[in-house]
Amino acid sequence: MEKTAAETNHAAPVAEQAGMPGLHKAIFAVLLAFLVVLPFLVYPVFAMKVMCFALFAAAFNLLLGFGGLLSFGHAAYFGGASYVAAHAAKVWGLTPELAVLCGTAAAAVLGLAIGALAIRRQGIYFAMVTLAFAQMVYFFSLQVPFTGGEDGIQSVPRGDLFGLIPLEDNVALYFFVLAVTFGGILFLYRIVHSPFGQVLKAIRENEPRAISLGYNVNRYKLMVFVLSATFAGLAGALKSQVFQLSSLTDVHWAMSGEVVLMTLLGGMGTIFGPLVGAAIIVTMQNYLATFGAWVTIIQGVIFVIGVLLFREGIVGVISRWIKRPL
Amino acid sequence: MLNKLALGTALGALAASGALAQDITVKLGVLNDRSGIYADLSGEGSAVATRMAVEDFGAADKGMSVEVISADHQNKPDVGSNIARQWYDVDGVNAIVDVPTSSVALAVADITAEANGVLLDSGAGSTSLTREQCQPTTVHWTYDTAALANGTGGAVTNAGGKKWFFLTADYAFGHSLEENTMAVVKANGGEVVGNVRHPFPSQDFSSFLLQAQGSGADVIGLANAGGDTVNAIKQASEFGITQAGQSLAALLMFVTDVHSLGAETAQGLNLTEAFYWDQNDATREWSARFEEQMGAKPTMVHAGAYSATMAYLAAVEALGSAEDGRAIVAKMREMEIDDPLFGKVKVRADGRAIHDMYLFEVKTPAESEGEWDLYKQISSISGEDAFLPMLDECDFSKM
Amino acid sequence: MFELLGIPPQVLLGQLLLGLINGSFYAVLSLGLAVIFGLLNIINFAHGALYMAAAFVAWMLLEYLGIGYWPALILAPLIVGAFGVLLERTMLSRLYHLDHLYGLLLTFGLALIIQGLFRNYYGISGLPYQIPEALSGGRNLGFMFLPNYRAWVVVASVLVCFGTWFMIEKTRLGAYLRAATENPVLVGAFGINVPLMIMLTYGFGVALAGFAGVLAAPIYSVNPNMGADLIIVVFAVVVIGGMGSIMGAILTGYMLGLVEGLTRVFYPEGSAVVIFVIMAIVLLIKPEGLFGRTA
Repeated sequence: MEKTAAETNHAAPVAEQAGMPGLHKAIFAVLLAFLVVLPFLVYPVFAMKVMCFALFAAAFNLLLGFGGLLSFGHAAYFGGASYVAAHAAKVWGLTPELAVLCGTAAAAVLGLAIGALAIRRQGIYFAMVTLAFAQMVYFFSLQVPFTGGEDGIQSVPRGDLFGLIPLEDNVALYFFVLAVTFGGILFLYRIVHSPFGQVLKAIRENEPRAISLGYNVNRYKLMVFVLSATFAGLAGALKSQVFQLSSLTDVHWAMSGEVVLMTLLGGMGTIFGPLVGAAIIVTMQNYLATFGAWVTIIQGVIFVIGVLLFREGIVGVISRWIKRPL
Repeated sequence: MLNKLALGTALGALAASGALAQDITVKLGVLNDRSGIYADLSGEGSAVATRMAVEDFGAADKGMSVEVISADHQNKPDVGSNIARQWYDVDGVNAIVDVPTSSVALAVADITAEANGVLLDSGAGSTSLTREQCQPTTVHWTYDTAALANGTGGAVTNAGGKKWFFLTADYAFGHSLEENTMAVVKANGGEVVGNVRHPFPSQDFSSFLLQAQGSGADVIGLANAGGDTVNAIKQASEFGITQAGQSLAALLMFVTDVHSLGAETAQGLNLTEAFYWDQNDATREWSARFEEQMGAKPTMVHAGAYSATMAYLAAVEALGSAEDGRAIVAKMREMEIDDPLFGKVKVRADGRAIHDMYLFEVKTPAESEGEWDLYKQISSISGEDAFLPMLDECDFSKM
Repeated sequence: MFELLGIPPQVLLGQLLLGLINGSFYAVLSLGLAVIFGLLNIINFAHGALYMAAAFVAWMLLEYLGIGYWPALILAPLIVGAFGVLLERTMLSRLYHLDHLYGLLLTFGLALIIQGLFRNYYGISGLPYQIPEALSGGRNLGFMFLPNYRAWVVVASVLVCFGTWFMIEKTRLGAYLRAATENPVLVGAFGINVPLMIMLTYGFGVALAGFAGVLAAPIYSVNPNMGADLIIVVFAVVVIGGMGSIMGAILTGYMLGLVEGLTRVFYPEGSAVVIFVIMAIVLLIKPEGLFGRTA
């Protein structure tokens, strides 16, 4: 990681103090315009899935790319929130936005509990602690009755937004999801480029120095962990509303692996990398579904090629070419 | 969606009023596990079987143009429901075939009803498909956990296996298989002396088998599936459980699983299936053609995908359109079906296909004359006895 | 009769013995992982896939060449080990100067490819592999029936584990290896071919996984998924023992087999998660692992 971090940093002189740079503004604007017309070009549910995973990967990237902490258990927050949101909408009959909020809050609490313990460890030990807790969350999800075992919570009603706007229609739901995910990603961008984000970078680059500068490193780590878990939860909660179900897939360790793949493929520590990575992986899973077992082989090949040749990820490579941070 | 419906009815009306049959286009989507634990018993084989049905039905000669597409749901409900939605909303699929894994099947059943398509389920075992979560657009063709429990549980208990111990996969499917079988065992005068729930999937069953052995049961019921069942049977033979007088009853097992164990290890095992390739001339002929394409004999799930598609196409032909899923399923319920593989089949008002089930015993290596010569038939169970009675709220003939 | 929480002692004894047998697999597998991690700093996520591959190689040797269990016990690990060497030369050797993360991701990708390929060619149901003639049957120990093959598994794993430990900790070759990981430049300056040693070490670690795979073939179903879920458990074993500690990996392997065996009696549903609970506790209290030296 040291090497890539150095590389990205080389390409990314800290120049974000004066708000969002023009290039980023332009990219966000183009992206938004594209997303507004997207549901009329492709199947909206597919587009919503991409956006949910983009937010999930962006949240994960906050922790890995900017906090320097590799969590191998982010499925716990994604899936946990998805269960709570689905339960809230189906059994408690809450409106979609409240159900999503419930799920997100649950992820935040879970993130706080696990994070408080996990941040005491570093590197691979940190990854293993998060994996261990995620396995416990998985076990819990399998055992408690409200999650419905491997059938999951099915037929979650989509309900009316704020009790007013029906979301039965895919396009209506699409714009709700677009608003939330885009807002979430902008918020994450804001965090990264705030003074808080600068301190995070300092800790990632040289923890002892940050400590000697008087920063309470553990508090910063915990905060970024909880933020990351919360936004991962937001993504999971949204996903349960889109697919009207939540299942064990979302809490399984393979999901934790998938988000690492997305982030790495797109470019960790970049703003747009996770979005690109999520879009590619989800598209691949969608359009290669016919090939059956070849999907895992193709995914494996991407992993291998990515690690051997493009360690900075797609966006990282582009960023190096144009010599601008992305 | 509304437009599509209107168009469908218009087309249907046209066809019914004597228009050319060429108007009928049908798109079938085979949705199953193509890479995970159910890939051998469903997977590509079900797509092959579905295409064989289209060919044997003579769709082209009857002026119907039928297209078959397929996809992998990876046993994940979210992946499966995503594909199903997209198939109905964007790709114009009329019916979805196979769908093993109960959690995915239940999700697809809901979506199918919403889209007014048809779900021809062959691979899933959950009785909920035609009970708690019944839909007017679901046809559940091949088997369900209740039929398996009735077949194996009933026969083994009546043959003197009174005391049962259950080795159950700790997930909803295992629980329901266990629950169904316990009820059958008790109804036939047997008793349940204990059970143990193992994590899914598991590699090592020795510890659980030892607990079963210590229980003093006559029969160890395996309420699990796929690799778990195979491993449990393999290790039971290793630990001398069967030699010591206890017998095993596999509550869900397919011919591919038995093939993977080999007759040496699996001999004497009782199991229930809806179809076996070596039952009569028709099944042998069809299975030989299937084997030419797949390199293996078909399972009952493959056969079910074939037969359900045949019946579906007949209903579509009779109606002259594939657009209105509810009408097609209603038509299927009216039809007298005499299937080459399943014999007489009746689709009940709740969507449950009623046909005979068969109790088999795995041959000994001495009896077996080839790698696929694995079963001998012990008895057949009539459809009325095998499947659960219909629930009133699922009687769609009244709605 | 004396009973512990309602379980008669002879049953408990039987379960402990079974736990020890399962622990044998954990020990051999985690030993391979620990050797690779300790000496190469690579977290070999492909370990489970290579374990599975060796079981398949044993099956292929029998099916296509008529080579039985005993030669396969040597040949299959060699073949898989050679494949490991190939992986090390072409891919892993480019990652030594990088963070652990990349080795983990690369081997994770390799695992996906290997499993996918076997699944495509051999399907998922698994293939039959019989227990060798000499070890079929079993003996009655009074409290349980012990199949001869399982007894052999324990013996074979103990021999291999302690042989490996002895070689690395007590011989000159092992001393070179340990020195080479501490300071490759210096050891190279003494005229020792460090890259060759590293390559062979990886091959050896993989061969250990292969050995476990052949041991497993007659008792577990030989199928493409047999290593997939095992890997994170074994991984946890290594972490609990202390990453890179050879003895730690061996002892923890046996110990966790026992703990898992007990869980199967008292709370069978939880037997899959108990190892992770232990891992979390150990990491939080003693992060360097039970037998590790430093974090």
